[in-house]
Amino acid sequence: MAVDAAALRAPARARAPRLGGVVGGGIVAGYLSLIVLLPLAAIAARSGNFRNAVTNREAVSALELSLVLALLVALVNAVVGTATAWVLVRDEFRGKRLVNTVIDLPFALPTIVAGLTLLALYGPRGWTGVDVAFTRTGVLLALLFVTLPFVVRTVQPVLLELDRDMEEAAASLGARPTAIFRRIVFPNLLPAILSGVALAFARAVGEFGSVVLISGNLPFKTEVASVYIFGRIQSNDAPGAAALSLVLLGISFAVLLAVGAVRRWATRHDREA
Amino acid sequence: MIARLSLRFGVLAYLAAILLVPVGLVFWRTFEHGVHPAWAAVTTPDAQHAFWLTLEIAAIAVPLNTIFGVLCALAIVRHRFPGKGLLNAVVDLPLALSPVVVGLALYLLYGRNGWFDALPFQVLFATPSMVLATIFVSLPFVVREVVPVLREIGTDQEEAAATLGAGAFATFRRVTLPAIRWAIAYGVVLTTARSIGEFGAVSVVSGRISGKTETLTLLVQDKYESFDVTGAYAASVVLALIAIATLLLMTMFRPREERT
Repeated sequence: MAVDAAALRAPARARAPRLGGVVGGGIVAGYLSLIVLLPLAAIAARSGNFRNAVTNREAVSALELSLVLALLVALVNAVVGTATAWVLVRDEFRGKRLVNTVIDLPFALPTIVAGLTLLALYGPRGWTGVDVAFTRTGVLLALLFVTLPFVVRTVQPVLLELDRDMEEAAASLGARPTAIFRRIVFPNLLPAILSGVALAFARAVGEFGSVVLISGNLPFKTEVASVYIFGRIQSNDAPGAAALSLVLLGISFAVLLAVGAVRRWATRHDREA
Repeated sequence: MIARLSLRFGVLAYLAAILLVPVGLVFWRTFEHGVHPAWAAVTTPDAQHAFWLTLEIAAIAVPLNTIFGVLCALAIVRHRFPGKGLLNAVVDLPLALSPVVVGLALYLLYGRNGWFDALPFQVLFATPSMVLATIFVSLPFVVREVVPVLREIGTDQEEAAATLGAGAFATFRRVTLPAIRWAIAYGVVLTTARSIGEFGAVSVVSGRISGKTETLTLLVQDKYESFDVTGAYAASVVLALIAIATLLLMTMFRPREERT
């Protein structure tokens, strides 16, 4: 009898979560539309004469600078981020836990404070005597600061999980450390490195807070895309700002789709199995 | 051995040059002439107002994003529906999008000739738009922390609870929620840090009226550009202390989450 009662009640319960699902789904969709989608649609609607606005020389120069710097940042992070993850996983030294915690500091520290701290050390009357304020080097430095954790935090968990058996087998077969890294470790880390690099790239293309104090916003020299957009808004040229914003929005979406594709490619064997 | 040591010191030197020495220097500079000037700088009426406004915005944005984050994570993990890939991409978008673009989007929507221009209360250049901007940029964190944990725990226990007669809400409150609470806590810490530190988006929509729509991060820029370096450093130290507290909370929550 008890079994029958449970069987009878089961369909009713199966319907209840579905109702909850519809309500929850409605809330999620409504919230996302109001907060994210509707504002972004306003950009698309107000971008005015898109072609004129994005072929404007100052806009092109700002976008170019942002893309070139972001590529440099991606490259440096690919190398240094992987090296840092390696040191944090495979090396042992005193204070390692502290270093591990400090890696996240650029995520926790407000970007404007990041810019200010770099100016304190590498700015005018800074301690080092080097003055990178209002130069492209300064902007690059700021971008390196804010993107530091991306590659480390994507590579580190993969490196932790990586089975050492393969490496030991290779070593016993006479492979040198560089060959082991190049032919065994690196291919395993590659998807993680690529996702981290892509996120760092996207962040660097759109970065604003850490750059704004250090760049001096000199058109054709240190003016990056986000600072250009900010300037357009300040001088009441909303269509010009919207046009370049649409380009940045496209780049962000493309990067996210690429990261998704890398993730699917990396797990292709798990899914086939 | 030499390769290992040089790698270790190379990495540590990079971290020191980019991260540790600059941040340490700001602390040193702030208290260079003693605690008194720094204290005076953070207790001016403008600085006080900026501090409370920053907290007020975070106090609205964080709870809303927490509720949304849990619902959204449940939708992504537990339900099948068309457009799920798109939902994933939209949720991640604030991580990859320039904050200035976020600010501009709100500026166009609520500003002159915008679709929501005629609202009965002021949105742009006032607290509501700053809250909306902050919600936008801090949206993904709770979702991204809760999703993997929900996947990990599976549905066995929830189904068992349902079989034993628990309703949907009781199942969520007594089975699902305890399992994801540390992930939520971790997400809340990240959301709070991002809310307090937001600069670009808020800078566009706030109009930066000193003593009215100026948050702590905007105050830092304002002070620096008006050559009040002590004021800028002092406000930065307040923000840096919040960041360090965030880091400590993150290290506290992370191992617990991994244990479950």
